[in-house]
Amino acid sequence: MPLYLTEDQAMLRDTARDFMASEGAIPTQLRKWRDMNCKDGFGHALWRQFGEMGFTGILVDEADGGLGLGHVEAGIVLEEIGCNLTPSPFLITAVAAVEALKGTAQREKWLPGILKGETVAALAIDEGAKHRPEAIAVEAKRSGNGYSLSGAKQFVVQGASADFILVAARTEEGLGLFAVEKDAKGLEVEGVRMADSSIGARMTFANVEVDVDALIGGEEVLRRVLRAGRVGAAAEMVGVASGAIGMTVDYLKQRKQFGRLIGEFQALQFRAAHLYSELEIARATTLKTQQLLDEGSAEAEAMVHVAKAKAGQVSTLAVQEGVQMHGGIGMTDEYDIGLYMKRDRVLNELFGDANYHADQLARLNGY
Amino acid sequence: MADLEAFRAETRDWLEANCPAEMREPMRSEDDACWGGRNPVFKSEAQRLWMERMAERGWTVPDWPSEYGGGGLDPAQTKVLRQEMARINARNPLYSFGISMLGPALLKYGTEAQKTRFLPEIARGEIRWCQGYSEPNAGSDLASLATKAEDKGDHWLVNGQKVWTSYADKADWIFCLVRTDFDAPKHKGISFLLFDMASPGVSTKPILLISGYSPFCETFFDDVQVPKDQVVGEVNKGWDVAKYLLGHEREMISGMGLGGTGGRLGAALKDKLADDPILRADVARFDVDAMAFKAMSEKFIDELKAGQAHPAQPSMMKYAGTELNKARHELVMAAGGADALEWESDRSRGGKAAREWLRTKANSIEGGTSEIQLGIIAKRILDLPGA
Repeated sequence: MPLYLTEDQAMLRDTARDFMASEGAIPTQLRKWRDMNCKDGFGHALWRQFGEMGFTGILVDEADGGLGLGHVEAGIVLEEIGCNLTPSPFLITAVAAVEALKGTAQREKWLPGILKGETVAALAIDEGAKHRPEAIAVEAKRSGNGYSLSGAKQFVVQGASADFILVAARTEEGLGLFAVEKDAKGLEVEGVRMADSSIGARMTFANVEVDVDALIGGEEVLRRVLRAGRVGAAAEMVGVASGAIGMTVDYLKQRKQFGRLIGEFQALQFRAAHLYSELEIARATTLKTQQLLDEGSAEAEAMVHVAKAKAGQVSTLAVQEGVQMHGGIGMTDEYDIGLYMKRDRVLNELFGDANYHADQLARLNGY
Repeated sequence: MADLEAFRAETRDWLEANCPAEMREPMRSEDDACWGGRNPVFKSEAQRLWMERMAERGWTVPDWPSEYGGGGLDPAQTKVLRQEMARINARNPLYSFGISMLGPALLKYGTEAQKTRFLPEIARGEIRWCQGYSEPNAGSDLASLATKAEDKGDHWLVNGQKVWTSYADKADWIFCLVRTDFDAPKHKGISFLLFDMASPGVSTKPILLISGYSPFCETFFDDVQVPKDQVVGEVNKGWDVAKYLLGHEREMISGMGLGGTGGRLGAALKDKLADDPILRADVARFDVDAMAFKAMSEKFIDELKAGQAHPAQPSMMKYAGTELNKARHELVMAAGGADALEWESDRSRGGKAAREWLRTKANSIEGGTSEIQLGIIAKRILDLPGA
């Protein structure tokens, strides 16, 4: 398969691009919810529009009412989300949770609401400041006909708005993923506003009882969900980088100092050209990884680490250079470039930062 | 799709039967590369067989039209062939500036007579070409070149000097930029000439580099007579041909970014990383970059073959690939320590690590420096002012 978008994919990109640039734009979504201190950090009306547009069904099997498409298509939407900093449950709900629910009995319960853009899911993996899924300590003990969950999670994106939470926990048989309803007894949720004004949550599980069928999968499912989330976050970061670079290059063509456009200065041209080069590489890497995942290739695992690390590294460079090249106004809340810096930081930590993924790649390569 | 899978199976069988075992071993040094030529030097019978068998099928240039000695494959088939060759670690059967640089320019700008005359012998590896571009006073500012060709009625008379002519001392023919209009603005008085290096008046002198090798020469032209029909494109419009060819040269050089390890340097160095966590981290980050660049190369080639690549994209590939290759060799040297410093010993295979490390420093200079590439990206892709 050639490593560029097919005609259908390019059409989806155009649709998603128009939609996100109008309905999902920074003033109408991100700034609006932030400035009114919204407890969810995103708009439910927009989420329903995602449903109407069919975005929510991209990864849902056709038999379940979805479009039966793949990670390439999900990534197309995520890149436009990243480019416009559009707050939405798409990554966690329509990508990670849908991936988790594939082929499970629970899908009948949750997929219809997800397809309509009404249901919101959360994914509880991290337990400390850094993403370390190998060291998960939340425990799921056999109890009666099901399990009892105990422990604490943090950085649960949209955890305070979710209808159900997918919780990674340690069972006697290894790691498992449990679907826990928001009002489960013993579950405490504290919504936390993050630097980018998205809402994460800290959660404590005090002997939360769930049925046996709440266990939707073991380590293999967890790994599949993480792969989907990681490459999805990489695609969103490619969008963040591309938005920040586009805005910065435009600024270089408008701002005058010393009687010249600052874009005439070679010092800035070279840095802008380097950013372009890095962005192209991050985009190619992400697309390659999505294709490998969609093909079910064994190479996908390593490439997911590459994509998350590379996109993270490039997105961080793009926002840092973006703020610097904007000069003083880059520091103001009025200009959007700083919002890109904040979003990049959050997306880098989400599902593991560039260091984590470089380390994982090294381990896979035997060093 | 079914046809493509049939082609894959057929290709796999053919390669299995025809690629000698020795040609599936990694190259041990630069002189393991097969360059063909009028008086070819083959390192082994396997090397000769491999080149001839591939040339026979047109697979030294799989995507060139078959009437010019190519394989006539479409982009998807070409990609399959490349993948199947990579699968068995098959070596490139023929290294050739004729294939990577001149051929594409002839296909686009050559006359029918030039194509039928030159392309098949390039495909068969019968003529080894070199590139006469840079001059002592025309490096990054290439268009200021001064080597002149005067119209003498029935021939061109060429006088001047080129420098950094790769393998000029081993080449049979040269594709050469010359000034044919001395009054026009610098880009508008250049022509693209082809001539035989055995012509009277051509001489070469190898340049000793910091690596101890001499892959480049100074090349001198002293009243060299060149037949009139050996201009490619229009007279005084050679800069268009030159730029088009440079795109292909940059594409070729960017391939160095892929290295020989399939992008996994750490796996090759792992014994040397255990007691140096900082080097391990550097190598891990490098492996991320190298695998990312590998994906970029695949995307670039796919887009190029589909006519979707930005015309200045080879500049980006060249910049990224050469900077990556330099980083790779810095890490190899750091991991090798004192072992990698030996310059002549058999143990070090004649200083392979150190010499290759030094050789890579030219990657970001030859074919247009990294700074030239960044300038091209700024001007032609980002459309920045005054660039």
